Amino acid sequence: MEALGLLLHGFEVLLTFKILSLMMVGLVLGIFVGVLPGLGGPNGVAILLPLTFTMDPTSAIVMLSCIYWGALFGGAITSILFNIPGEAWSVATTFDGYPMAQQGRAAEALTAAFTSSFIGSLVAVLLITFLAPGIASFALRFGPPEFFSVYLLTFCSFVGLGREDKHKTLISMSLGLLLAGIGMDTVSAQLRMTFGWEELFRGINFLVAVIGLFGISEILLTMEERLALRGHAARISLRVVWKVWKEMPRYWATLARSSFIGCWLGITPGGAIAASFMGYNVAKRFAKDKESFGKGRIEGVFAPETAAHASGTAALLPMLALGIPGSGTAAILLGGLMVWGLNPGPLLFVEHKDFVWGLIASMYLGNIVGLVIVLSTVPIFASVLRVPFSAIAPMIVVSCAVGAYAIQNAMFDIWLMLGFGVVGYAFKKIAIPLAPFTLALVLGNRAEDSFRLSMIGAGGDMRVFWSNSLVGTITTLALVLLFWPLIGGAIGRMRSAFVKTTA
Amino acid sequence: MAENEIIVEDPTAPAGDSPAVTSTRNADIAVSVLLLAFAGLMAFDNWRTGMGWAPDGPKAGYFPFYLSVILGAASLYGLVKCLRDRSGASGTFVTRDQLRRVMQVFVPTCLFCLFTQWLGLYVASFILVAGFMRMIGRIAWWKSLLTSFVFTISMFVTFQVAFDVIMPKGPLEALFGY
Repeated sequence: MEALGLLLHGFEVLLTFKILSLMMVGLVLGIFVGVLPGLGGPNGVAILLPLTFTMDPTSAIVMLSCIYWGALFGGAITSILFNIPGEAWSVATTFDGYPMAQQGRAAEALTAAFTSSFIGSLVAVLLITFLAPGIASFALRFGPPEFFSVYLLTFCSFVGLGREDKHKTLISMSLGLLLAGIGMDTVSAQLRMTFGWEELFRGINFLVAVIGLFGISEILLTMEERLALRGHAARISLRVVWKVWKEMPRYWATLARSSFIGCWLGITPGGAIAASFMGYNVAKRFAKDKESFGKGRIEGVFAPETAAHASGTAALLPMLALGIPGSGTAAILLGGLMVWGLNPGPLLFVEHKDFVWGLIASMYLGNIVGLVIVLSTVPIFASVLRVPFSAIAPMIVVSCAVGAYAIQNAMFDIWLMLGFGVVGYAFKKIAIPLAPFTLALVLGNRAEDSFRLSMIGAGGDMRVFWSNSLVGTITTLALVLLFWPLIGGAIGRMRSAFVKTTA
Repeated sequence: MAENEIIVEDPTAPAGDSPAVTSTRNADIAVSVLLLAFAGLMAFDNWRTGMGWAPDGPKAGYFPFYLSVILGAASLYGLVKCLRDRSGASGTFVTRDQLRRVMQVFVPTCLFCLFTQWLGLYVASFILVAGFMRMIGRIAWWKSLLTSFVFTISMFVTFQVAFDVIMPKGPLEALFGY
């Protein structure tokens, strides 16, 4: 097994005092980010990104990905103890987690949540370990037309499979692609869409936009709500941990189903949020006594947490192997890769072995260490919520500004961040999804480059996207997914018409 | 169970029955119109750059031109859909109380950005944190000032000293030789 050898090498890269301590710092920061209202996984990673600018890429990605794991763990704490989902993907955890806390079983619920998160991401990491190198080496044969068709597939699946209004997904995506094109055109070196505005010449930085869209807008949205809270304090004892772990094997089917759902939705751009709901609903559908769900059933905690973590982790697979992020947070990590001077894509596995395998090894280690940290320090993190939001909000604003400024040392970026904050606030309130926007903004230039390079290669003949079986299949699949709502509807009508005629 | 509970109060919370400022439908229409205008502007600029084909492939404006067309079409669809929907069933976009609270963060944030430009980030952040805690959180002066001071100093140490990330600085930092 070649992958195992490389993974061992990854652990070697990892086991230095510096990286291990960065890992701990990242996990603790991440749990904070997950617990605090008004901060989530994507914006936590985006805001803390500037800390890593002066690090080497391996330390940087280990710290950032640990912030992400920490945020995934942290989201469960507030859902169970306060009935407030710290993250959108922990909404489903509140359904059974909070009732358990009310019955005085908070420690059990927390242990269940953390352990199942751990299992979910473990399954996804195993998938990455053994699948990603293969996909990457296959993708090494890709030329510009293949890459463009994969980008097209990503964009189309967002439109066709997303739950939001189709035209709103389309708005979000085309706006992102458009804004990515502002500035110097990479192929012809021509300036475009700048209107002579000097600050726009180098383009709109992806990370600045993300910090505004997720960080600032989240603060505005959080302030709208009533911020008083009332919840339970909890302490986890070893006895409770042991009790839950003993019970766990009985729920192996739920865990397996949720892991599968999570991995699937993580690789396709669906995201952790959809995965956690789907995991919960599937577990409910397979259960014998459906009524006991929502009343404090431990399975109702296992199912969504496993799925959310599996999908959050699996979203890194297409990012590593193809350079296409499966989630908003993965898109930000991808933005980070570019800042550290790495070129995302299948070549990463060949040119930067230390980096890739260090990252994969850190997923194993980070999740184990994270599990130990959250199990032992829950009381501390729960009491973070005692700090009034009026103290936290301005500090988050300052951190956002620091992050936005540090990327290019430009005051203009701080104003841009503020503008994106307002846009993000308005978009969230009228249900225009932000994930397609993020993805489009980070992939925009590369999608356009691959399109134009294919056009130059083929002399402007669109048939290049059907020139061999591989690229043809992907392009066709992309178009099918784009029009899936129409096709699915037509099949449904045909079937009902068929039933009518035969009946 | 009393000692096992964590309770945090929110003295200035928005009231649940506060009157609506505008409906989601109106906000939807406004955003659609703005996006439509933006798409038009972008389409025009890309048409001017050149949206056709050069001998060596698409010109610089080709890709973004068609994107602005897609954006415009999608916003137009949204606009028409909103205008035709007369059911009046759309929810509240924002209530008066909520808007007041949002402005309580938004205005200080704008002022903070302005101050950053003149006074440097660290001084501005000190003012923002202390002012916000005192004015909006109604937290005692000494607590606000102390928290803000500790926060600003630790930011300075983290970024300037430990991680070498340069932030905008003003007269005060110059006084200390940074």
